[in-house]
Amino acid sequence: MPIQRRDLLATLGAGAAAGLAGCVGLGGGREERPGVVGETLTLTTTTSTYDTGLLGEIHPDFEAMYGVTVDAVARGTGAALESARNGDSDVVMVHARGLEDEFMRDGYGVNRRDLMFNDFVIVGPAGDPAGIEGTDSATAALNAVADAEAPFVSRGDNSGTHAEELTLWEAAGTDPDGDWYRETGSGMGEALNIADQQGAYTLSDRGTFISQRSEVDLAVLVQGPIEGGPETLANPYGIMAVDPGVHENVDYDLAMAYIGWITSPETQEAISNYRVDGEQLFFPEAVSEDPDFQQYVPRGWSGNSTGE
Amino acid sequence: MSVLLDAAVQAGPAVRSVPALVDFPFAEGYVTSVIAVSLYVSVAAVALSTLFGVPVAIAMGFADFLGKRFVKSVINTGMGFPSVVVGLLVLFAVSNRGPLGPLDLVFTREAMIVSQFVLATPPVTAISLAAITGVDDAVGDAARALGGTRVDTALVVIKEARYGIATAVLAGFGRAISEVGSVLIVGGNIVGSDGVSKTRTLTTAIQLEARQGRYGTAMALGAVLVTLVLLVNAVVVRLGDTGAVNR
Repeated sequence: MPIQRRDLLATLGAGAAAGLAGCVGLGGGREERPGVVGETLTLTTTTSTYDTGLLGEIHPDFEAMYGVTVDAVARGTGAALESARNGDSDVVMVHARGLEDEFMRDGYGVNRRDLMFNDFVIVGPAGDPAGIEGTDSATAALNAVADAEAPFVSRGDNSGTHAEELTLWEAAGTDPDGDWYRETGSGMGEALNIADQQGAYTLSDRGTFISQRSEVDLAVLVQGPIEGGPETLANPYGIMAVDPGVHENVDYDLAMAYIGWITSPETQEAISNYRVDGEQLFFPEAVSEDPDFQQYVPRGWSGNSTGE
Repeated sequence: MSVLLDAAVQAGPAVRSVPALVDFPFAEGYVTSVIAVSLYVSVAAVALSTLFGVPVAIAMGFADFLGKRFVKSVINTGMGFPSVVVGLLVLFAVSNRGPLGPLDLVFTREAMIVSQFVLATPPVTAISLAAITGVDDAVGDAARALGGTRVDTALVVIKEARYGIATAVLAGFGRAISEVGSVLIVGGNIVGSDGVSKTRTLTTAIQLEARQGRYGTAMALGAVLVTLVLLVNAVVVRLGDTGAVNR
């Protein structure tokens, strides 16, 4: 790809030079296509953005606008970031701020933007053996599950949802351990199925749960902030370009074009208009009148510090 | 033709009835493009494995050298190599950080071919070798007694072993087209937003459906995969028979 791009740029440069020399700039517009045409942008992202069908819905617009192809590789957040660390993707869209911050601090990511959010919900069998329904604290609900030793399915796959779950357990002051706590090492959809089959509780992002609701016999027992639940269950998605200073072969221009496009008012509106089963899955967060400098840097970073 | 038809008839009802039960929620062209990618990657990989593995098996079958036993056991071990591990090794090699990074192979069909080549070569080689060494010594002796050169003798033995070698190629193909671990890692399971597969194979498509709990669709795709393998086997066996008749 880098070679190809250099060729393209060279061609474009030559074309521009020829155009200037001939002073025909206006009439020859047909030939002047954007220099990115034909390139492929590799996006590593999480299963939740992919499996809900969101990316498939919005990407054709970007591809038509720039004449490019987007290769979306859906992994857990951990794996998506690892691909980016290796320079195997150009842009990364994930939902685990702690891991994103680490990625940026290590110098792999640049130009981070808050993209959109939805929330996590704690789901479980309708019978609710641990009696957590309506609890207004996620940690209290988890502690109730632990006390009742009711089965709980954990993703156990270093995904964004898994990271959130571990954060919640830590905040609850409980070390989940025992037969009732089952690490499956699987995607969200599979984890929901396993929870369904075993009559277990699990933490799910709302989007995946809605898109799979009809297939499983699970109910939302603790709501996230979208439905008035605790703020600790918020699920923000961020997007970052891979640092071209670390991996010079990445398609940085196109990655930035993608970030610009996906945070634009039009695409943000398309995201908010995306429905599954008549329900909105993602809430745009990129367009705001108020400045939010924290989105660009790791949390807790301050201009006076040395970055640590 | 009868073998092929039998296979189609046996597989036909399974394929027709399963999608009827669970209707495929896919855009037109999706399943065909996934099948095409599966076939392209596996056939290319097995062709390479055959080009590499069969000559190696022949050379080993007709020559004795120090450490032959060791090479043999290495090849046999390779047959049990977990595909996920092969996928990881190939990923390290083709990743932009790896030695083949500049070729930009990661998340491409070519990288998938590389990993399936690594997976399919051991069974192709080992089974071919077994077939060649399994040919009765009397065959070679007769060829030599009739005044054949070493090459003639080898050709006669290979001809005798052709069913075994065909089995070897089919075993390699079966290993390649049915594995999911390595193609998922090095290929990335990519489908364009136009719904046409780039690096999604039948196995990774099944994995994706299962991940989302759509077990019915996953099963239907599984039936497609089984049918495909059955058809390929029928075709190869059929070709083998035709060859025998013509000679």
